[in-house]
Amino acid sequence: MKRLWLILPLALFGLFIGLAAYQMTQPKDEFVRSTMIGKPLPAFDLPGETEDAPRLTSQMFADGKPRLLNVWATWCVPCIAEAPQLDALAKRGVPIVGVAIRDEPEAIAQFLDQYGNPYTAIARDDIAELQLALGSSGVPETFVIDGKGVIRYQHIGDIRADNIDEIYAEWEKAK
Amino acid sequence: MIAEIGLAALWLAAGLCLLQFISGAIGARGDEQGPVSALVRPAAIVQALLLVVSFVCLLWVFAVTDLSVALVAANSHADKPLVYRISGAWGNHEGSMLLWVTILGLCSALIASLERRMDARFVKTALAAQGFVALGFFAFLLLSSNPFARLNPPAEFGAGLNPLLQDIGLALHPPTLYVGYVGLSVAFSFVVAGLVTRQAGPELARAMRPWVLAAWISLTLGIAAGSYWAYYELGWGGWWFWDPVENASLMPWLAATALLHSIGVLAARDALRTWTIMLGVVAFSMSMVGTFLVRSGILTSVHAFAVDPERGAFILGLLTIYIGGAFALFALRAGALAEGKRFVALSREGALVFNNVMLSAILAVVLLGTLYPLLSEALGTRVSIGPPYYNPVTAVFAVPMLLVLAVGPLLRWRRDRISRIAAPLVLIGVVLAASVIAVVAFSGAGVLPTIGLALAVTLAVASWLPLMGRNPRRVPLALWGSMLAHFGVAVSLAGMASESAFSTERLVAVRSGDTVEVGPFKATLGAVEPVAGPNWTALEARIAITGGGVDTVLRPQSRTFTDPPQNTSEAALLTRWNGQLYAILGDAAGEGRWQLRLWWKPFVTLIWYGGVLIALGGLLALLGHLRSGVRRSRIGEAIAQRRADRESEAAA
Repeated sequence: MKRLWLILPLALFGLFIGLAAYQMTQPKDEFVRSTMIGKPLPAFDLPGETEDAPRLTSQMFADGKPRLLNVWATWCVPCIAEAPQLDALAKRGVPIVGVAIRDEPEAIAQFLDQYGNPYTAIARDDIAELQLALGSSGVPETFVIDGKGVIRYQHIGDIRADNIDEIYAEWEKAK
Repeated sequence: MIAEIGLAALWLAAGLCLLQFISGAIGARGDEQGPVSALVRPAAIVQALLLVVSFVCLLWVFAVTDLSVALVAANSHADKPLVYRISGAWGNHEGSMLLWVTILGLCSALIASLERRMDARFVKTALAAQGFVALGFFAFLLLSSNPFARLNPPAEFGAGLNPLLQDIGLALHPPTLYVGYVGLSVAFSFVVAGLVTRQAGPELARAMRPWVLAAWISLTLGIAAGSYWAYYELGWGGWWFWDPVENASLMPWLAATALLHSIGVLAARDALRTWTIMLGVVAFSMSMVGTFLVRSGILTSVHAFAVDPERGAFILGLLTIYIGGAFALFALRAGALAEGKRFVALSREGALVFNNVMLSAILAVVLLGTLYPLLSEALGTRVSIGPPYYNPVTAVFAVPMLLVLAVGPLLRWRRDRISRIAAPLVLIGVVLAASVIAVVAFSGAGVLPTIGLALAVTLAVASWLPLMGRNPRRVPLALWGSMLAHFGVAVSLAGMASESAFSTERLVAVRSGDTVEVGPFKATLGAVEPVAGPNWTALEARIAITGGGVDTVLRPQSRTFTDPPQNTSEAALLTRWNGQLYAILGDAAGEGRWQLRLWWKPFVTLIWYGGVLIALGGLLALLGHLRSGVRRSRIGEAIAQRRADRESEAAA
């Protein structure tokens, strides 16, 4: 019994070495993917673009139409760079719902004025609750939500010109 | 030329290290004192000198920014202030490995020249183990991370040091931690020598104690400095994030703390032999595991170290050989060690065993939390482990440990009676009850902070209770040290609990002239203007702070460094006796508004003052033990002298 106990540290250490060696040989992802992919949108109920605009809820996504959910903010510089690509997607008929993180109605109006408005609706997420629930680690990020309200795809970072087709295809796939 | 001298010294030192290992290993085999085994001490000493030469050469090429050295070109820049040019020498992988080996060599030299307590065979074995550990790192340096590699043609400009590292706290943080890690390697070598030569009694504990204490002091200071650096330099307002890199420094500290206390039992009572030996291996393995986790990039961390899978594999290999070997030796030999003395539960030993078990449990909790993402990833799911796991789960073990800490030092060795310490027990109970009631009545803090505050007050009182019934002038220095360190734990705990219970945060977008209230203060944003430093430009906000008896200006900056290009946020801190006001300048929010982040953190500074007190306590204990060690050996010499005199008289 005592001898067994003495081997225990060696055994535990061996376990650690095995695990570490296994992980060292695994390819490493550059981005942290959300674990929410394949799961329904987390329930939310957020204020709209302005104080008077209707509130946005998670139920609205379960109406049979696939959409993009774009997490952005007026204070985010890559979001400015992303604006033309979102416009292009909107022109190809993709409905895009924006989630403005820690933002204010005046700032949003000014931003849309300056860089164009690709959104069918915008929700204001003042404490980043929806962003956190989505497993999004920064702005901008874009999710493809299918007609049942299930998250199908996540794009991390700003959408570049050469990402447009790929995201459009993902949206088509979600139909 | 200087770089070549450095490299040559490094190779020579590596050769001597091999000699140290071989001659030490020969010496370890038996009692015969052959000519080769006599070389072990000189080899260790000369090796250390050569390493110092090599390290000074590295400092030199960094100080003069010799851009024909690849490492300098990749990590330094001539425009940096001198202190950061020099600290850049160890602010990178190769340089820090050279620093590691240099400290390791210096430790070997110290053992070789000073260790007289243990017999010659033991010292040789320990030096062989030490040399064996060093050899791996020499191989690592010379084969895959040569710090002196030349660049042909030389670079025109250096790439610069990561600006987050251009900070005096961080210039000193790695060397302090390294002294701690390497100090634990000495404990490791001693333990291995103890297993090989089958010595695991009080002498081993006494020989190990100064090393473990010194390592533990350095680790304490290193962790405190690192935590303060993360607090003000990262600009997130937190002081501990349970990040893998932070855990990597905490785990050796936890193990070293446990080891320190079990050494105390072994030295005083000759008990806990096997346990102490195992902790000696565990403590060093935690510093190696930490190095591996940090350098291999196997875990995602906010501390973006330059990671390299090949280096990770190298460290993993070393880890397997050293720690695997030591645990194998432990499994084979520890069973043969004599058990050591017995004791009852209610005794000083009993309390220290409890402390050890709790510390080990906390260590296991932190280790599991750090490795869990690795484990779950292997099983196909991704998780991240954060404060919601660490805080309550460590508290489950820390709270009972701290309660026992209040009582343990009052107990006698071997066996004690509750009735003997009834008076101080009642006092501790009353203070605890009163502070719980006071905190609940006046603050409405959460459960954990309430427990923390009440425990801090209790412990602050209890830590000085061992003075009861003693003449303060006759209290040994080591006991003063332990009381001070325990008091430091209370101070630090008070800071942590207060920070989490009473902090107030404001995140606002304000125009110049707007006023925000935070804690007892009013903050008014003045102008936001550009300023320039030696190698950066910045936007600096002037925030007038009034109220709470203050009238001052805080100047947080958003800095842009040029070489390499990177933005950092320089927090502005207002330190008062009762806490800190912490201000961060964020981005422009449009229409002339600026994002400001303000925190009022009552008594947050106690966290680090407590850390310093703990380290000071360790220093007092170290001095106390060294002094009594010297006294003991003098008495031993005097006795031997008298005996010799008497024998020669008898012979005459």
